[in-house]
Amino acid sequence: MVTGATQNPTQPTKLRWGELDEDDGEDLDFLLPPKQVIGPDENGIKKVIEYKFNDEGNKVKITTTTRVRKLANARLSKQAVERRSWPKFGDAVREDVGSRLTMVSTEEIILERPRAPGSKAEEPKAAGDSLAQLGKGGAVLMVCRTCGKKGDHWTSRCPYKDLALPAESFVDKPAVPETATAAAGSGKNTYVPPGMRAGADRSGTDMRRRNDENSVRVTNLSEDTREADLHELFRPFGAVSRVYVAIDQKTGMSRGFGFVNFVNKDDAQRAINKLNGYGYDNLILRVEWATPRTN
Amino acid sequence: MRPILMKGHERPLTFLKYNRDGDLLFSCAKDHTPTVWFADNGERLGTYRGHNGAVWSCDVSRDSMRLITGSADQTVKLWNVQTGAQLYTFNFGSPARSVDFSVGDKLAVITTDPFMELTSAIHVKRIARDPTEQTEESELVIKGPQGRINRAVWGPLNRTIISAGEDAIIRIWDSETGKLLREADKESGHKKTITSLTKSADGSHFLTGSLDKSAKLWDTRTLTLIKTYVTERPVNAVAMSPLLDHVVLGGGQDASAVTTTDHRAGKFEAKFFDKILQEEIGGVKGHFGPINALAFNPDGKSFSSGGEDGYVRLHHFDPDYFNIKI
Repeated sequence: MVTGATQNPTQPTKLRWGELDEDDGEDLDFLLPPKQVIGPDENGIKKVIEYKFNDEGNKVKITTTTRVRKLANARLSKQAVERRSWPKFGDAVREDVGSRLTMVSTEEIILERPRAPGSKAEEPKAAGDSLAQLGKGGAVLMVCRTCGKKGDHWTSRCPYKDLALPAESFVDKPAVPETATAAAGSGKNTYVPPGMRAGADRSGTDMRRRNDENSVRVTNLSEDTREADLHELFRPFGAVSRVYVAIDQKTGMSRGFGFVNFVNKDDAQRAINKLNGYGYDNLILRVEWATPRTN
Repeated sequence: MRPILMKGHERPLTFLKYNRDGDLLFSCAKDHTPTVWFADNGERLGTYRGHNGAVWSCDVSRDSMRLITGSADQTVKLWNVQTGAQLYTFNFGSPARSVDFSVGDKLAVITTDPFMELTSAIHVKRIARDPTEQTEESELVIKGPQGRINRAVWGPLNRTIISAGEDAIIRIWDSETGKLLREADKESGHKKTITSLTKSADGSHFLTGSLDKSAKLWDTRTLTLIKTYVTERPVNAVAMSPLLDHVVLGGGQDASAVTTTDHRAGKFEAKFFDKILQEEIGGVKGHFGPINALAFNPDGKSFSSGGEDGYVRLHHFDPDYFNIKI
C-alpha cells in the first residue's frame, strides 16, 4: 500500500452538508473525489484510489495496489481443466436452460453439533429429563421390558433391543400401565406426550390459569415498545409478575399488543383506570382486563 | 453451507463416486441411467444410456477415461467417460451388485447376486486396454458366501479381495487363487447385513456400514476391528474424509416406513463422527428420505450424498468445518 501526495490544506472544521449549498461556487476542495478502481489487468494488478481527510484536515490520496490471483486453477490438474471443456453428451445434450436440474439450496444447512462445542454432556438432556423425573417420582420403577433389567435403563434405550424377538413386546403389553397403553398405541417406540404418560401430573391447565390471573391486555402499542418499556410504565401501580409484548416471528416487529400481569388485582384495576386512553408514544393506549382464551 | 441439489435421477440413488482428480462426480440410481456431473458446481456433463435395470454401483479408472457400471439387468458395462459410448458389456446370469477397478485398472472385481438357482459370486475380469480386445472370460470366480455380496473391493497391491454382504461377515480372499484368507471375528463383527464398504485414501483400513445401526473400522491386512461408531438408525452408506479424521454415516429407516413417519423423525442426516474418538461431531440434514450413497471428494473439501428421494446433494464445507474441536 502506497500513501502519498498530501494536497492543499482545506477547511479544518467539520462540514455540514446543509451548509454546502450556499458557498458551492467557490471551492469544492472539501468534497472528496469518488473512489476509483482500476483493473484488474492481465497481470492481475488492481489499483484502488481513495481520498480521505487525515486528522489535521488535510486531504490524503491513498493508492492501494493489489494483485488478484485465481487460486481455483492452481489445484486443478491439466486433465481436469481439459475435462471442463468437454462437450455434453447423453441426455445432457438436449437439456434446456429451463430444466433446472442443478439448483443451489435456498436453505442454509449447517453441520449441527449434537451439543454445544466444549461441553461434554453424557446424555441428551431434553429427552432424558421428563423420563428421569418420572423415575424419581418413586411410583414407577425403571424396568426394561426387553431384557428385564431393573434400574439400569429404559426399554427404549435397551442395548439388547435388537437381539430380542419382536414378538416379546406384544406379550409384555398387558403389563404396561393402562394409561400409557391407551395413548401409546401398538409400538413400544410410539411417542407419548409427557402429559399423557403414566405418573405425569396434568398440571398444564393450571399453569395456563395462573398466567391469566390479574392479566391486563394493552393494545395499540407502538412498534418500538418493548417489554422493558411496558414494565416501566406499569411498575408504579404495583408489583408486576409478568410482562409480555407480542412479537411477529417473521419480521421481529412488535405486533402492537401485550400483556401485563399484576400480583394484586387492585393494582391491576388501578392501572386500567389510569392508563386506558393514556397517550403513549403518539398512540392512545387501550388497557383492559385480558379475557381468558375461549378454546 | 448451501448445498447444491442435483435432480437428474427419477429414482432413488444407489451409488456415488468421484474420479481421482475430484472434478467429476458419477451417480448411479435405480433409474437405469448413470450420470456424470461437474463436482464443483453440480452441472450435468452427461448420461450413460444403455442399461435396462437399476444401476447398483460404478467405478472410474484412474485416468478418468473408463467407467464401469454394474446393473440389475444382469450386465456390467464399460463406458467411455467422455462420450458416454458403450465399449463392452459383460453378461451374467444374475444382477451385478458391485464393481471395483484394481490399482492399475487392469482388473475389475464384480459381484453378482443370488438369482434363480445361481448362488452369489465374486468375478474377477481382466480389463483390456483396447476395448476391441476385451473378452468375456473371468480370471477367477469365487463362490461361498451366503446371500448378496453388497461390496467387494481390492486389497493392497491387488493381492486380496475384501468382500462383505448380507451374511454380515467380512472376508478377505486371495485374488490369485480365490482362497479364503481371513474372516472377520463373529463376536466383534456386524450383526446384520453389511450395506457399504469404503477404503481409506491410503488403503490401510476400511469402513463398513451395517443395518445393525453401526459402522466399523477395520485393518485391511489383519482384519482386526479398530473402531466402532454407533448410531440410532440403519447405516446405508459410509464415507471417510481423506483430509481429516472424520467418518460420515448415512442412513435412515427402511424405505417402506418412510411414508408413515415424519421426515424429522426419520433421521435422514449424514452423521459426522470423529474417526479416533468415535464421538459424534454433527449432522447434515436435508434429504427427504434415507441416504443411500455417500462420497467424499478426494480433496476432502466437499462431500456428496444421494438419497432415496432421488436427489444428489453436493456440500462444499464452510471454512469453520476444518477446525472443529470436540
